[in-house]
Amino acid sequence: MRKTVTVDARMKYIDEYRNKDLILAASDELKRISKKEITLMEVCGGHTMAIHRFGITALLPPNIRLLSGPGCPVCVSSQHFIDTAIAYSKIPGVIIATYGDLIRVPGSETSLEKEKAKGRDIRIIYSVLDAVGMARNNKEKPVIFLGIGFETTAPATAAAIIKAKSEELDNFFVLSAHKVMPPVMKALVEEGVKINGFIAPGHVSAITGTTIYDDLPSVYNLGVVVSGFEPVDMMQAILMLTRQVESGNPKVEIQYKRAVQRNGNKTAQRLMNEVFEPKDDTWRGLGVIPVSGLKIKENFSIFDAGKYFKVEVPESSEPKGCICGMILRGMKTPVDCSMFANQCTPAEPVGACMVSGEGTCATYYRYRS
Amino acid sequence: MHDLIKNLFIKHFGNRILNEQSDAAIVHAGSDQIAFTTDSFVIDPIFFPGGDIGKLAVCGTVNDLAVSGAYPRFISVSFIIEEGFPLKDLELIVKSLADEARKAKVIIVTGDTKVVNKGKCDKLFINTAGIGMLREKNRLISQARNIKAGDLILINGTIGDHGMAVMNARESFNFKAQVVSDCASLHMLICKVLDHSSLVKFMRDPTRGGVATVLNELAGKINLGIEIDESDLPISNGVKAMCEILGYDPLYIANEGKVLMVAGKKEGMHILDIMKKDKLGKQSAVIGRIVRDHPGKVALRTVTGGKRIIDSLAGDPLPRIC
Amino acid sequence: MCLAIPAKVISVDGPVARVTIEDVEYTASLLLLEDVNPGDFVLLHAGFAIEKIDPDEAAETMRLLLEIEKNSHG
Repeated sequence: MRKTVTVDARMKYIDEYRNKDLILAASDELKRISKKEITLMEVCGGHTMAIHRFGITALLPPNIRLLSGPGCPVCVSSQHFIDTAIAYSKIPGVIIATYGDLIRVPGSETSLEKEKAKGRDIRIIYSVLDAVGMARNNKEKPVIFLGIGFETTAPATAAAIIKAKSEELDNFFVLSAHKVMPPVMKALVEEGVKINGFIAPGHVSAITGTTIYDDLPSVYNLGVVVSGFEPVDMMQAILMLTRQVESGNPKVEIQYKRAVQRNGNKTAQRLMNEVFEPKDDTWRGLGVIPVSGLKIKENFSIFDAGKYFKVEVPESSEPKGCICGMILRGMKTPVDCSMFANQCTPAEPVGACMVSGEGTCATYYRYRS
Repeated sequence: MHDLIKNLFIKHFGNRILNEQSDAAIVHAGSDQIAFTTDSFVIDPIFFPGGDIGKLAVCGTVNDLAVSGAYPRFISVSFIIEEGFPLKDLELIVKSLADEARKAKVIIVTGDTKVVNKGKCDKLFINTAGIGMLREKNRLISQARNIKAGDLILINGTIGDHGMAVMNARESFNFKAQVVSDCASLHMLICKVLDHSSLVKFMRDPTRGGVATVLNELAGKINLGIEIDESDLPISNGVKAMCEILGYDPLYIANEGKVLMVAGKKEGMHILDIMKKDKLGKQSAVIGRIVRDHPGKVALRTVTGGKRIIDSLAGDPLPRIC
Repeated sequence: MCLAIPAKVISVDGPVARVTIEDVEYTASLLLLEDVNPGDFVLLHAGFAIEKIDPDEAAETMRLLLEIEKNSHG
């Protein structure tokens, strides 16, 4: 007999969603109602991490399979982007400001981390506004911010550019590799990835709202449940998707109701649309996906690093034998790769799926049971 | 780093003592056995909440001797100072170093100072070397002998404090956190334990690479498995919050005032009691046990009841937003 | 893109808010979120408050989960 759950937890809105009794109860319920063989895809690195960190797979009945899709913005940023950032770092006087996620990603020849060790001015920041601050405090030096991330993070970059404009800063630049979610989800389905539903990214959806997923049930007959990141959230989301599949009733639902509304965050959307416009973009391992990337609009082009700095970038080449592309599509798993855990490890990554902490390969490696 | 040690240093310097790669080398001087260790300190920033490079320079070396089962006695201190380094800062560090040496009851018997041109070193580097007298009954403690399945793994308090305090002070992330380095000489605490128990089977201080790295080294050495419980790991609120915000795992973050011990079930609980009475052991806890499963590997029992493998640290931990 | 953490708003000062996560304090940007008040919980991501946490919805989610938990005892 399990003791009663108390929700008087220490880290509010986190610990109560890690409650073991609730997780196991959801697991029992899943095992009770789940009859069909179903495959669910998540498209968010945070979900990939949570699934492995909390051992979600072990809590599911054997007929429910989870696939990791291209949810890691670092993994899907092209090698050309990293090589360009590295080339910028070699320009005398330049400060590169980046989120920690990118520091170790291998380019064709080197990485930002290795260049930093050689003395290039490469700084890790937590907020893009810190990069604006660097520009403000170092007026004679160009500060180039590396903009990666999906819709969760793009509005922050937009806000930073608007702030830089209001301060008339002429030394703040952004190299944008921002991408948006829905086109790649549809592209995967159209390519033939066989799934029964999507676990949709919770924080992307907090910004965008959920109308962006409406096509998926109506056109592709696929259910979508927007999930939070704690183990209780994920179990509840998987339960909701399973109920949809068992009843043959795909729809868009929100599990992460405490943070996500149907219309999303209008302020953030407005800022993002004010600064960025969609463009066709190359996703590493997946090729070009139409209108899946964000580029800086013409009236903010003075902040676009790509327009201002001309650098020589080595020819990009995918490492031989690397199957990141197949992994990002959910068509293969890391254990299918001949290099996994021998030539390609978190200490010596070959492909981006291994180097990013939330890349599928890195997650499989770190959290293998 | 590991390859550099193996392929260059061991290759050219290798000998029976060095090849052990223990925290301290055990050498003979006549009929006595001496523990001998050295460490260099290049930390940035040199002042951080809870300490500074001077205090750290003493604690690091004293602790390496203490966890090897020795009484730390004498240390040397060498300074490499960048031209222009403020004298008042140097004085603060030297005072701090002297204070810590007094606390740890070690005498600074020799030293060296070099001043190098600006840009040739980052403000201040310190090297300390230390000698300790080995306790006869504990002389094999660093070799991890007699460890069996069922033995307990203990730690004297919260994990991740030093690494997070330093990171927060160094990076301009602008968090105001009550995160303070645990930098401390463990000599007295360890003395209390070793005076009252002859059954400690292993000790090591989880510095760079954190608890995860030391436990992996141990598991590899004894060829048994290690299982730790996520819900039993003592972590301060501030460190937990910083780790959640930045995506760090406290198991990989450096500690400078912690010792991991292995002891049998009954003895382990006795040692826990001893440690809890010391001011550096108030939050001591049993964090796991030695097991027969997955020999050579460390597994974590998660809050959800699952198990996952914990590897050694691969590269310094990085903050992420993703 | 995912790492966002619930943070409690202590005070609001124009475009920024002082927030706490356990013992940790941070000055978060409110450029992406309007109508934030002391006592609110927000999601903090890369230095910005990106959304408010709705305590009623949180309570409702918990209620549904507790119900599943209760039924599983039967």
